[in-house]
Amino acid sequence: MLKTFPKGGVHPHENKFSAGKPIEKIELPKQVSIPVSQHLGAPAQPVVNKGDEVKVGQLIAKSTGFISANIHSSVSGKVSKIEKIIDSTGYKQTAIIIDVEGDEWLPEIDRSTALVEDIDKFTAEEIRAKVAEAGIVGLGGATFPTNVKISIPQGKVCENLIINAVECEPYLTSDHQLMLEKSDEIIVGARLLQKAAGAKKIYIGIENNKPDAIELLKKKAAKYQDIEVVALKVKYPQGGEKQLIKAVVNREVPSGGLPIDVGCVVQNVGTAYAVYEAVQKNKPLIERVVTVTGKSVPKPSNLLVRIGTPVSNLIEKAGGLPEDTGKIVNGGPMMGKAVKDFSIPVTKGTSGILLITSDEAKRPKTYNCIRCARCVFVCPMGLEPYLIKNMATVGMFKELQDERVLDCMECGSCSFGCPAGVPLLDYIRLGKANLNKILRSKK
Amino acid sequence: MGQNRLIVSLSPHDHAKDSVSKIMYGVVIAMIPALLVSVYFFGLDAIRVNLIAIAACIFFEWIIQKLLLKGELTITDGSAIVTGMLLAFNVPSNLPWWIIVIGALVSIGIGKMSFGGLGNNPFNPALVGRVFLLISFPVQMTSWPKVQVLNFAMTDAQTGATPLAIVKEGLKNGESFSSIINNLPTSYSDMFFGQMGGSLGEISAIALIIGGLYMLYRKIITWHIPVSIIATVAIFTGILYGINPDKYADPLFHLLTGGLMLGAIFMATDMVTSPMTAKGMIIYGVGIGIITVLIRVWGAYPEGVSFAILIMNAFTPLINYYVKPKRFGEIVKK
Repeated sequence: MLKTFPKGGVHPHENKFSAGKPIEKIELPKQVSIPVSQHLGAPAQPVVNKGDEVKVGQLIAKSTGFISANIHSSVSGKVSKIEKIIDSTGYKQTAIIIDVEGDEWLPEIDRSTALVEDIDKFTAEEIRAKVAEAGIVGLGGATFPTNVKISIPQGKVCENLIINAVECEPYLTSDHQLMLEKSDEIIVGARLLQKAAGAKKIYIGIENNKPDAIELLKKKAAKYQDIEVVALKVKYPQGGEKQLIKAVVNREVPSGGLPIDVGCVVQNVGTAYAVYEAVQKNKPLIERVVTVTGKSVPKPSNLLVRIGTPVSNLIEKAGGLPEDTGKIVNGGPMMGKAVKDFSIPVTKGTSGILLITSDEAKRPKTYNCIRCARCVFVCPMGLEPYLIKNMATVGMFKELQDERVLDCMECGSCSFGCPAGVPLLDYIRLGKANLNKILRSKK
Repeated sequence: MGQNRLIVSLSPHDHAKDSVSKIMYGVVIAMIPALLVSVYFFGLDAIRVNLIAIAACIFFEWIIQKLLLKGELTITDGSAIVTGMLLAFNVPSNLPWWIIVIGALVSIGIGKMSFGGLGNNPFNPALVGRVFLLISFPVQMTSWPKVQVLNFAMTDAQTGATPLAIVKEGLKNGESFSSIINNLPTSYSDMFFGQMGGSLGEISAIALIIGGLYMLYRKIITWHIPVSIIATVAIFTGILYGINPDKYADPLFHLLTGGLMLGAIFMATDMVTSPMTAKGMIIYGVGIGIITVLIRVWGAYPEGVSFAILIMNAFTPLINYYVKPKRFGEIVKK
């Protein structure tokens, strides 16, 4: 029996059209827009001015707090302006716009592809410092600064480092392809993270729909006693931190708690690769693998993209915009964000660009709730979405808190499965936002 | 690029493509085996009752929505067909047409539309109609035609009591269960396949179970309610039978007769009126099982499934209030 999390979950169609497509480098754009807030936490502070010449890998915005991240230039060229643009979140954010000239890298960055395995030359502290310096954030989409996650607070012990290679979002294949092409680097990155967090054991959790990646990583991990590759049953949202911990080591993160409360740290497989590059190659986080896909996309692809590249370039590379495109999603179909136009830049959290056909872009017709209880059965957090929806609608905030609305991680299983087409998650978000507002005002 | 009009909406951007009408038509499909069996044993009368009930239910839903609620028409969602069929399944096949129409009016009008339509009704609409008819027209509602295989002549068949009523009457008169069951013309295998008197859709356990398995496969129902009802009835009547096999009927007899299978598989599992959590569903099912046996053994009626389901329907909001699913990370972090 393959492991999985016990409660709830759904099985959306996988539609992994870009599976097995080798990672292709995309041509440099003429201009990049690099937002200073691509992570959870405080936005970075720009340290370049209009007209400055920058090189690839140069720091252009500095982290402004404990939970914040450095931003580096992904191209060489001249800073054309610093202005507010609309990014993938739909809000206006400060961004540094750079006109691309040539492709000149900082000299300290090792651009060779030679594998550097030795991790003994760094102490845990040095690894954390290098990760922070390189501006690495969780590349699975949550974009939480990685150095914060591997800085274990006083009194806590990290026993297990879990590498999240689940990629449970339908359509997306960027992590899968990265595992096939960079397995050695990922193992080294995982060991670096293990050392930094002081973890005893590394688990790599991969869903069973990627047998090639499971086999390859098992082979690569064979020489290490403390690395175990765990094949998981396919079920969404297994890539959720709490679900993955439950599936792999059968521990339950308490409500309102963090993985470290049960001795675990979870890192995305792409993050492990970025850590390898940062520590062994001095390369900051300036590019990432992005899946460009969709039912009508001519050439679904996995692209290596510089941060700040406009989404339109990616779509062009994948064969152009299909006629019937009705929605563009930054991320996967379950948790990704729909964006308003093609000019938004790729950021650190962009794992995929999904083009949805206009037929499928429309939401289903909404009926009365027929109390079928599917939302209750599929909720991986054991909540009652139908009830939270009703409470959020009428503003019963005390009750919402008692119903643990803040435990909701917005996986969307409830809305996905609702036969009455009720957009349950919209209402849950409303309840969460309003309750959070009240809780903040009480502080 | 930029010519297309893009939709911007919140996640998720995918949907399971299941819908209320797919579920309702799924229930209709699941009822077809039982309908075929009833045609086999009761002839075209079974079709007649079904058609009248379905047509009347759709008509009343349409007219109430058109003239009173003035809302969007919902008759195409299939729920009126399900209510009509379930009502038909719960009445004798020789019921006069006008009684069926009254039943449909009560089911749809009082049971469903007066609360605001599908999804808002606290009680199973078909059962509201059925119980109304049972109380208002006790003679017509309990004159069960005797089964005649493939009798399409639509002649007036003889009527007789159901095995449940015969056993109840016999036990009251002090006869022992074994002697009653030996004199009964129907064997247990007849009951299993449906060759016995009763409401037109309730007779065949095997056909109803096939329908239930189909609904399980389509994920229209979960196992919790049917299994907990059937297990409770089996255990409860098993204990009674163990105490005194002369005075009480055996569990198999209880499971195969009356509306138990129909109730457990099709009526109690009505989504709208049953609890929302697995634990709640089991409590609800156990409650139905206990009340059914109480009525059958000690109550005035030989049959108690309808009343048991309606009573537990009334408890559903309370069950939902107190019974919560197991939360992930139950221990709250201090």
